Amino acid sequence: MAALTTDWALAWVRGSAAVVGEHRAELSALDRAIGDGDHGENLDRGFKAVLAKLDGAQPGTPGAVLKLVATTLISTVGGASGPLLGTAYLKAAGAVGDATELDSAAVVALLTAARDGVVLRGKAAPGDKTMIDAWTPAVDAAAAAADAGEEPVAVLAAAADAAERGAVATEPLVAHKGRASYLGERAVGHRDPGAQSSALQLRAAAQAAVG
Amino acid sequence: MAAVGIVFVSHSRRIAEGLVELAAQMAPSVALEAAGGTDEGGIGTSFEKVESAIRRADRGDGVLVIGDLGSAIMTAETAVELLDPAPASGVVVLDVPLVEGGVAAAVTAEGGGDLDAVVAAARSSAGGGTPPAAPSEPEASGPVTDTVVLTDPEGLHARPAAELVKLAGRFRSSVRVNDADGRSLLRILALGLRKGDTVRIEAAGPDARAAVDALRELLGSTSG
Repeated sequence: MAALTTDWALAWVRGSAAVVGEHRAELSALDRAIGDGDHGENLDRGFKAVLAKLDGAQPGTPGAVLKLVATTLISTVGGASGPLLGTAYLKAAGAVGDATELDSAAVVALLTAARDGVVLRGKAAPGDKTMIDAWTPAVDAAAAAADAGEEPVAVLAAAADAAERGAVATEPLVAHKGRASYLGERAVGHRDPGAQSSALQLRAAAQAAVG
Repeated sequence: MAAVGIVFVSHSRRIAEGLVELAAQMAPSVALEAAGGTDEGGIGTSFEKVESAIRRADRGDGVLVIGDLGSAIMTAETAVELLDPAPASGVVVLDVPLVEGGVAAAVTAEGGGDLDAVVAAARSSAGGGTPPAAPSEPEASGPVTDTVVLTDPEGLHARPAAELVKLAGRFRSSVRVNDADGRSLLRILALGLRKGDTVRIEAAGPDARAAVDALRELLGSTSG
């Protein structure tokens, strides 16, 4: 049985918190090159706050876990990634509703809603050198895997692979949104920190599904 | 009196507080709230600060929220979406120049403008929008014009310009000052009027004469 449960959602969040903590300095270094240099610290603070809240709350569904992540990130991450990722998790929570088990179609719906939330909030398009450039290929790859009849674990693995490629592919781009857009050509050659941290979170989702 | 509240969201606490201070000089009775910096006082935006500032600014006639950089706008939009209960009279988040937009909005709110008028005033600061629309009254009388020589040694600086805009907003007639809309603070300030300049006041509408007389009186007596 391969459907994903609340335990998966909890493992995903804990995995994201761990990996963001490990890559905190690297994310801030990416952000220092083309932004304000605080992406790693901001996100680490946010996910640490999520962990602290998880200890007290006992969310009973994957959706409830995602909603807790959303509201915590929104109120604890001081930069743009707070409202952006917060909205992503909030819309993802809405997409899965009260379901206790998520099949491949539900995983695709979750990822699609998350990506749409980022687009709604940040109004960026693919190729603008933002976290959208990780999320959009992830959604496309997940949908293709689900259409091919893959189980949720493979759907998430496909999404994570595509997100990582998408993050790398932001390197040659000129930024059209966010602080990096003020830099013009000088942003070329640097990977977008939001795309990188999004890829890390999607990899954590895939690893949590493996168990 | 209608009282649209205004929230200034900035990455910097001091910028947000400075804007409140600046706008308050021209709009002393408007609820102006600052939401600047992170909860720890660093550079960034705080969801909680924005949320509580919107609540404080909400006096039942709507709230305008303006922010500096992209994430300030995003934080504000997220806060508005999640406000529970949502202010019944509406909250508008605008990405406009903070200083010009904020001051224009504050003066319009001070003059009793509703949320639409305050939003239009803030937008006019970006250059692309239209200033608050004059009431579309049938013109009961033809245009009345008069001229006055500015006596204020400092010219028509921000505070008297704000007085002029407030005064012009009290009449039903459309008012133009050297061909600039008398209800638009930014257009009036953009005239750059100095001491000794001749100012032509033109009004058209049912109370055109009274409007011209009132503005002539104000400009002639301006001593900032």
